Amino acid sequence: MTRHMTGAQIVIQALKDQGVDTIFGYPGGAVLPIYDELFQQNDIRHILVRHEQAATHAAEGYARSTGKPGCVIVTSGPGATNAVTGLTDALMDSIPMVVLSGQVPTFMIGNDAFQEADTVGITRPCTKHNWLVKDTADLATTIHQAFHVATHGRPGPVLVDIPKDVQFATAAYLPPEKARVSHYQPKTKADPEAILAAVEAIERAERPVFYTGGGIVNSGTAACAALRDLVGATGFPITSTLMGLGAYPASGEAWIGMLGMHGSYEANWAMHDCDVMICLGARFDDRITGRTDAFSPHSYRIHVDIDPSSINKNIHVHVPIVADVGSAIEDILALWRERGARTNAGPVQKWWKQIALWREKDCFGFRRSDQVIKPQYALQRLEALTKGHDRYITTEVGQHQMWAAQYLGFEEPNRWMTSGGLGTMGYGFPASIGVQIAHPESLVINVAGEASWLMNMQEMGTATQFRLPVKQFILNNERLGMVRQWQELLHGERYSASWSESLPDFVKLAESFGWKGIRCDSPADLDAAIREMIEHPGPVLFDCLVEKHENCFPMIPSGKAHNEMLLGEDATQGAIGAAGAVLV
Amino acid sequence: MNALHIKKGASSHSAYDLRNPLGDQRETHTLCVLVDNEAGVLARVIGLFSGRGYNIESLTVAETDHLGHRSRITIVTTGTPAVIEQIKAQLSRLVPVHQVNDLTVEGPAVSRELALIKVAGTGERRVEAMRLAEVFRAKVVDTTLESFVFELTGAPTKVDAFIELMRPLGVVEVARTGVAAIARGGFAPD
Repeated sequence: MTRHMTGAQIVIQALKDQGVDTIFGYPGGAVLPIYDELFQQNDIRHILVRHEQAATHAAEGYARSTGKPGCVIVTSGPGATNAVTGLTDALMDSIPMVVLSGQVPTFMIGNDAFQEADTVGITRPCTKHNWLVKDTADLATTIHQAFHVATHGRPGPVLVDIPKDVQFATAAYLPPEKARVSHYQPKTKADPEAILAAVEAIERAERPVFYTGGGIVNSGTAACAALRDLVGATGFPITSTLMGLGAYPASGEAWIGMLGMHGSYEANWAMHDCDVMICLGARFDDRITGRTDAFSPHSYRIHVDIDPSSINKNIHVHVPIVADVGSAIEDILALWRERGARTNAGPVQKWWKQIALWREKDCFGFRRSDQVIKPQYALQRLEALTKGHDRYITTEVGQHQMWAAQYLGFEEPNRWMTSGGLGTMGYGFPASIGVQIAHPESLVINVAGEASWLMNMQEMGTATQFRLPVKQFILNNERLGMVRQWQELLHGERYSASWSESLPDFVKLAESFGWKGIRCDSPADLDAAIREMIEHPGPVLFDCLVEKHENCFPMIPSGKAHNEMLLGEDATQGAIGAAGAVLV
Repeated sequence: MNALHIKKGASSHSAYDLRNPLGDQRETHTLCVLVDNEAGVLARVIGLFSGRGYNIESLTVAETDHLGHRSRITIVTTGTPAVIEQIKAQLSRLVPVHQVNDLTVEGPAVSRELALIKVAGTGERRVEAMRLAEVFRAKVVDTTLESFVFELTGAPTKVDAFIELMRPLGVVEVARTGVAAIARGGFAPD
């Protein structure tokens, strides 16, 4: 028997049937009927944020740390436009997210009504797909399809725009199993010929490297387990992008560190000199490749990606494999074992010796100080003191983000939430809220810079209201550190608008929201202060005053190749040429 | 639409210096895209081309299967082979896109375009315009004592040639539909 409901009831029922337990949002005129239904039920918990952008980042943090899609509700007009940054962020980092937006009534669309915006038009390029629902009879099916599209193939954000009259009108509710199945069914199983080519390359490789990315984390824990099997069985070195950290444990024997612009010296040289590159769920982003015409010039490249448009987009590959990366790794492993589990052990051992030589450069070394806290030292201590904990890390964007990636070790997937593709300052704090909601008992730390953190600081109220003990670990250099670094290297040390003036007193700010505030400016006091932060049962704002002019190294300057990486000491003006200066 | 011209040496969709390893010979391809006939689908396709810096030479769209709720978009585009492959992959991953066929590489195909050309003139120029129209099998669909409107159907190159010939004879206005194309033979491509 079909049940008739109002549009608002259909929304809530569809969310329940899709397994949604938490929704991040902010009410407004065009979503009042939905909020009225939210009020009258207890299965879905609504988290009231202080700005819609934070709702989207919190949903990203929730999604990234659980593997489930994040869910957001915003009102029409400004509610929807405020969600655009989070939608774009999720699109770039392939995070499954469903955003429901209110819209003015259908008969007013196009009239420049109060709080009207062309939401589907604005969000078309920053969603995987979006819908404007003009008939309540289509509402249930559309929401079910939205979840299907967000979570199938390459995950991504979707948006369903629901006019207010559609929320009031009644129609029959269609449960997910009765809803029309979308034709959207991306291919997930690899071609056997491509798997064979990959296995043959693994068997004959002399200088192999696994280059892995966020796709493995997105594929799930089975993919991470399969990756660990494959790396363990072959003994090949493995590096990862920023997004893929934790898929393979940082303590693993084959781990050679993150690659890319601020990756490890050994990982980048291994990428440059390898003869077989096995790219699993990564997309040859420009932060990874550096100068593309000098990228890994002698390698035979295998690329597994669920999105065919990622293949040959930036870098030509020899063996394209369109598949779910977990399934492809399992296929590779099975065929390789069936053929005798052979590797070219002698040359691979020699390759490891070469990697050990690169490692001797100690690229993450830094000049220590007992006067001021070096940001690297702060993260080393944070790592040492939180390592044994059930820990989740989020970050903002900038130098602190790169240092966090360099100095914190991730043993498990879904423990590291950062804005990679879009590089959204202001991501980390709301993301930490989303993570803490999903993991109330865990230690959730947002490693932040003071400038990024201020971009979404209004969320302090959210953390207080929902009793979320998030730890905000701010490396405060009173600078926009990464901007300052580029101005030093590229723009003649003219520091245009790159310092943080008029900062708040973070301790007082914390106390005004009922948080604990900790300030630390001495290396000698740092351990005790970090312990105090961890042990405090509520939210903590940790103002860690660090060296103001520290640069983030190693670094591949723009327009340079992997083997032209700068270690700290080499950094001088003129390292980046005129051609590199136009790049971001 | 030359505004989206792709710079040599830069990849089409990025401001960055990403050189194409597979040569930079620009090719013209005719793509046929089958889509759900739903609101915004054309905006999605056009947005993809403008957002990623691809070139559109010609674009036509109309519903072709009312019951199946399908429209057919025919796009003529130019780019290096790698860019053409990217365009096809990017189109294919749009949710309402069912099928993308590259009629330029998937076997013989016919391309046709309809044009309306208004030519104004008197005396010998008017007679010459009429004579050329007969050579091209263009139809006269409107006439005054000083003008003709010719209707011409053919491959885009034929339409181009006709317009060029007519220009000195007094072309006032040209309307073109853009290219519709279909594969030869008795089968629909899959």
